[in-house]
Amino acid sequence: MDRLVLRTGGWFALAIVAFAAMIGARDSGFAVHMGIVSAVALGLAVHAMRHADYAGFARGLVKMPADEGRYYDDVIRWGVIATVFWGLAGFLAGLYIALQLAFPALNLGLEYTSFGRLRPLHTSAVIFAFGGNALIATSFYVVQRTCRARLFSPALADFVFWGYQLFIVLAATGYLLGVTEGKEYAEPEWYVDLWLTVVWVAYLVVFGGTVIKRSEPHIYVANWFYLAFILTVAMLHIVNNLSMPVSLLGSKSYSAFAGVQDALTQWWYGHNAVGFFLTAGFLAMMYYFVPKQAQRPVYSYRLSIIHFWSLIFLYIWAGPHHLHYTALPDWAQTLGMVFSIMLWMPSWGGMINGLMTLNGAWDKIRTDPIIRMMVMALAFYGMSTFEGPMMSIKAVNSLSHYTDWTIGHVHSGALGWNGLITFACLYYLTPRLWKRERLYSLRLVNWHFWLATLGIVLYAAAMWVAGIMQGLMWREYGADGYLVYAFSEVVRAMWPMYLIRAAGGLLYLSGAIIMAWNIGKTIAGSPLRAETPMHDAPHDAGADKPLRAAQPA
Amino acid sequence: MSYDALRHFADSWGLVFMGASYIVLVGWHFLPRGRRQSRDAATMIFTDTDSMEADHG
Repeated sequence: MDRLVLRTGGWFALAIVAFAAMIGARDSGFAVHMGIVSAVALGLAVHAMRHADYAGFARGLVKMPADEGRYYDDVIRWGVIATVFWGLAGFLAGLYIALQLAFPALNLGLEYTSFGRLRPLHTSAVIFAFGGNALIATSFYVVQRTCRARLFSPALADFVFWGYQLFIVLAATGYLLGVTEGKEYAEPEWYVDLWLTVVWVAYLVVFGGTVIKRSEPHIYVANWFYLAFILTVAMLHIVNNLSMPVSLLGSKSYSAFAGVQDALTQWWYGHNAVGFFLTAGFLAMMYYFVPKQAQRPVYSYRLSIIHFWSLIFLYIWAGPHHLHYTALPDWAQTLGMVFSIMLWMPSWGGMINGLMTLNGAWDKIRTDPIIRMMVMALAFYGMSTFEGPMMSIKAVNSLSHYTDWTIGHVHSGALGWNGLITFACLYYLTPRLWKRERLYSLRLVNWHFWLATLGIVLYAAAMWVAGIMQGLMWREYGADGYLVYAFSEVVRAMWPMYLIRAAGGLLYLSGAIIMAWNIGKTIAGSPLRAETPMHDAPHDAGADKPLRAAQPA
Repeated sequence: MSYDALRHFADSWGLVFMGASYIVLVGWHFLPRGRRQSRDAATMIFTDTDSMEADHG
């Protein structure tokens, strides 16, 4: 009972503090954010009172043991739902800003809906909201199964999940209100950064605590990747966001670094966000869910160890390739380029390891649409980890940098690798978490697969053409030494590509909507969809007779 | 430590240290006993010793 009073009182106190901060705020963005925090805390206080676990108090009085026999999966179920929701939101925002580039009228003449504010909303929604929730949910699932241990501190795990959602809401509303540090993929301001730090440390405690209390002697390789992702993202986030707020009641802050040091810190962060958030974390998914879905062990466990340590040792140095031909010292640019090229080998080693897991079971690509999705994800992992090192070469970069080729590269990795592997994991998790026989429909998974794949192909191809054309037009000199094309002419020339890109995004979003329907029906427990199975061997009665025995000579 | 000293440490002893740690961390799994351990680790996710959840095969 003391606990209930303490908890309710604590939420109320927080609500009042946040309200006071809202009243005294120096700018409207900070006021809105403190208003959100105050509303959430007030809601939690009411919730804590109304939904107090009175049966739990009774159990505590007679010292009944907590239910330790099963895994703690509630937070993972919420994670699956949140991943689907934020995925739809992020893809929709992406489609909208793609259309804004083709039809500027869609900026609506409002600052809140301008491309500059919606673009970070899109990137953060897909990377941190969609991808982050997928990583948190799958990591909690995998670490429990591979350690054969219940999650360390389920209450803290709930805090991680809901605290992360609050971070997403504060970040997203901040972008619309113009609250930003202006650092790519690290846009949230100082107080949102501090909040994420608290949540992230709690995440590390939950994950690490579960690994420590494991009842399985070996730590499966997927957990290595997850742990590397959590630890490195913590380090990157803290260092890159070192900044001094102007006022404790205002949203504005200034970075601790300046000039080229700031740029290098930013891209050390930025590229390792790709390397450890979007690669190591999603490889952890690959190393657990691909073998489980294929029902075969990973092709080579030793190769997975090489893959792991090579990524760890190489990725951290690759960031400077984002700053070719800038004020950054030449040796640092070359260092970034060389390490990026070296990364090609372990990346392809990992791709081969994932694909060869299907060795001897290749027929599953035909019969199992989830495996098909995983294989396509791995193919895109391979393609984008080849394209990336190539683009980091200075000569190539001089053409590709600042063009839409970069956008195409990012999306072949994000839509192809991160998106498809996440969808496959969601399809794997949903029936297991809700104790259903199987997914509502496998045919719909197949529809999702083809819509997504076609969407990515349209997107990437359009951006390659747009980017290379853009790069070549920018550098085109006439005989008299003047630039041949004005910037506006280059923009005009790219218009058809922008339309094709938006069409690709529409296909990708349509696939995700089908997934949301499929997963929703599975969660609701609807009867399985009546459909012809994905695999059947047609019987030809005419051909079904023994071969004539060979005549002896 | 001056920038220059740090810079030279990084591409001499620092590099040697990083390379050696990499060799040790990867080489560890290629010791003779590593083959069996790797096989056990790779198949560990399939041994369902505790029937904590329903089978969805």
